Amino acid sequence: MAQTFKPRDEAELAAAINLLRASGRAAEVRGARSKQAMGRGVDHGAVIETTGLSGITLYEPTELVMGARAGTPVAQIESALAERGQMLAFEPLDLGPVTGGPGGIHTIGGVFATGISGPRRIVVGAARDHLLGVRAVNGRGEVFKSGGRVLKNVTGYDVARALTGSWGTLAVLSEVTFKVMPRAERTETLVFSGHTDEIAIELMSLALGTPFEVSGAVHLTAALTSRLELRSLAREAAPVTAIRVENFASSIEYRAGRLQDALKIYGTPLRLGHEASLQFWGEMRRLSVFVPLAGEPETQVWRISTAPRQAAKVMAAIRRNTSAEACFDASGGIIWLEVPASADAGAADLRRILAGHGGHATLMRADASVRASVEVFHPMTAAVARITAGLKDAFDPDRVLNPGRMYASL
Amino acid sequence: MLIELPDPDRAVMARREQIVADLVKLAGREAVVSDDDGRRAFETDAMTSYRRMPLAVVLPQTTEAVANVLRYCNANKLKVVARGAGTSLCGGALPAEDTIVVGVSRMSRVLDIDYVGRTIRVETGITNLAITAAVSGQGFFYAPDPSSQLACTLAGNLAMNSGGAHCLKYGVTTNNVLGVRMVLITGEVVDIGGDHIDPAGYDLLALVVGSEGQLGIITEATVRILRAAEGARPMLLGFDSNEAAGQCVAGIIASGIIPVAMEFMDRPAIEVCEAFAKAGYPLDVEALLIIEVEGSDAEIEERLGQIQDIAKRFRPSTLSISTGPEHSAKIWKGRKSAFGALGRIADYYCMDGTIPLGRLPETLTAISQICTGYGLKVANIFHAGDGNLHPLIMFDANDPDSEMRAEKAGMDILTLCVEVGGCLTGEHGVGIEKRDLMSKQFTPVDLAQQMRIKGAFDPSWLLNPAKVFPLDQREGFEPSATAMAAVRRVAA
Repeated sequence: MAQTFKPRDEAELAAAINLLRASGRAAEVRGARSKQAMGRGVDHGAVIETTGLSGITLYEPTELVMGARAGTPVAQIESALAERGQMLAFEPLDLGPVTGGPGGIHTIGGVFATGISGPRRIVVGAARDHLLGVRAVNGRGEVFKSGGRVLKNVTGYDVARALTGSWGTLAVLSEVTFKVMPRAERTETLVFSGHTDEIAIELMSLALGTPFEVSGAVHLTAALTSRLELRSLAREAAPVTAIRVENFASSIEYRAGRLQDALKIYGTPLRLGHEASLQFWGEMRRLSVFVPLAGEPETQVWRISTAPRQAAKVMAAIRRNTSAEACFDASGGIIWLEVPASADAGAADLRRILAGHGGHATLMRADASVRASVEVFHPMTAAVARITAGLKDAFDPDRVLNPGRMYASL
Repeated sequence: MLIELPDPDRAVMARREQIVADLVKLAGREAVVSDDDGRRAFETDAMTSYRRMPLAVVLPQTTEAVANVLRYCNANKLKVVARGAGTSLCGGALPAEDTIVVGVSRMSRVLDIDYVGRTIRVETGITNLAITAAVSGQGFFYAPDPSSQLACTLAGNLAMNSGGAHCLKYGVTTNNVLGVRMVLITGEVVDIGGDHIDPAGYDLLALVVGSEGQLGIITEATVRILRAAEGARPMLLGFDSNEAAGQCVAGIIASGIIPVAMEFMDRPAIEVCEAFAKAGYPLDVEALLIIEVEGSDAEIEERLGQIQDIAKRFRPSTLSISTGPEHSAKIWKGRKSAFGALGRIADYYCMDGTIPLGRLPETLTAISQICTGYGLKVANIFHAGDGNLHPLIMFDANDPDSEMRAEKAGMDILTLCVEVGGCLTGEHGVGIEKRDLMSKQFTPVDLAQQMRIKGAFDPSWLLNPAKVFPLDQREGFEPSATAMAAVRRVAA
């Protein structure tokens, strides 16, 4: 049984890392384990769990800034923000349910450490774009900070932002400071039905190219639509393309109407009002359509990032090899792809296709044995791999923190 | 002159002729500037009080030529300063007598426009405004808008992670870049990111943007373009105190409105701008806010009405909503001509700290006291939504003592910004200007972490040397600093 460190403060966190380093041991770094079944497994002799580092440390609604210790549950943060009519604008995804785990347990540290954002990122940016500063402990056991609590800050290298998406392999976050935004008064969604991937991407791109501040553009294939919990949409039994507008109540009717006009060649949309919209986009935030169901054949899930103009071509190429379902987020810039389970999750084919069209793919759901045998994160070019290894050395030369979590050599 | 610039390497300077000949062979004669008059154009940037004649200047036209030059410089251990348009206010593009300036200004083509994905790929010598010009016909724009946008290049914007007046809504440079092509000091060309969102692997783009030309030279980039709003209109609000103006800004944000711009001017700034631009600013107020919102006519009307209601809680002495495009232009004219207007009455030193908005009134009072203490006047203009202050310290450039006092006052002001919970620089960068103040904001461990990153990209520390990191903190990280420390120890 691996030794588990559950530091209660930053000093204990640094002490744990120093102890591990001195004894030549590596640690798996984790928060509430909502993403435990993602990424590669870690060969470790110890565990560092950040859930003991908890609590909101700063909240200034009029400065749009909040700070919290890394292990603070996202639920606690979102409820504190909601009390003041604010939100995490980048809509962090709850990735627990999609790998068969519980929902609603993820921590704010895990959100920034993995950097995976929801549909609104297309207009407001991702988790990394909202991060203002961090306190962290690197693999040398050193406590350092980067960034701060103000919205505009270019003092020194942007180390804080560079830690987003590093999955705990460079440093363990102890505290994060981030930008928050006002929550819109009202949300409305236009849902177009029956379009192919190609037409849907054209529609979504057109919508995002209007001045009406579309804040979500998602397309679901027919099979995925039928899995929606929102029955009024699931009944469509056809591919659906959802366009979200958010604003003051008085602006919503105008903007939704103008959008409907601009998109009228794609048919008359079904309109989801405020409550139904919140439900639909809430489902997108926990990827409800990919939650595994008992008795259904096993599937694997990828997350592809590509230019929207390539998305339909990428998807068509994938379908030549296998049956696949897809949720196109960010007007096709992000494709959540579901494929029938296989020994390599179709990695070789998928990455060959992306080599031709541009972009990258991360395996988000597969058995541990599959994740151990294929590259979960996209293979790097030689030059990027060398820089990446140099950065790992700059933070964690003895490979104490999450060795192998992203790439076998890191 | 408070800032120490290291002595140049005489041995390198002695090899100048050979180095120039080599550069001509690598990049072509037309790309190399080696005569005195030509080089003099590159001896400073917009921080004009510091000047150093560079060893030579290369203005390549291709990424390959940049790569050839860097490979040569690395092999010969020559220092390199990357340059865009030279508009840095912090000495970010200042060369030294033993450095080669590599400028990207002749690489300014638009390479690809993708209206489906809303991105544009350009060479980085393109000016900020030219990016918007390339897509404005279709109703799009490039969001970061530093006030030097007519002249400054994307390369410089990327190096400094530049902001502008509209950051609160649209973000700064780092939030608007998808990918770059960068030449490492080894001459290797590396693509980081691309035309897709979200990085594969580490977020290297986050490190490269804002690294002040110390990790590599970016020659191409893919940036986001946005569809412009239907319309925009400003309003003017005058208050009897800085405190009331600050509270008004906080009240607006608390109400859930994010205006596209909220500019703040104090009394000295109002007086200077009004005298120059006749913008119709009230002269009997202590603080002026220009607040702009976007949307359809009806939406603008409603939003400005909401802001008006909020503002009334703080008893504005002036409240004027733009009546149309002409009035809007007039309101903005004063603000936009501020730097020029001030330049007519004095030389000035433009500072760039950020503070938490809640500390505004006391910080403005303290800034005024600092400057008075040095016998100088100060005007304050800043982006109120994000707390990014631009105190303009007035001095006489013909009086070295006055200039020295201005520099000292500036350093005290930046130190104050850090003390109240802010930072040394919100959008201009560190350069040489704030290099030695970095220890006020960062611990040695914080700086060590950054310097190790520098070393991972540029182990010999050849790119934009003597910038960003305090000279006395470099031992163990910068090879020459480590060697010099060893020599000093032996001598002692």
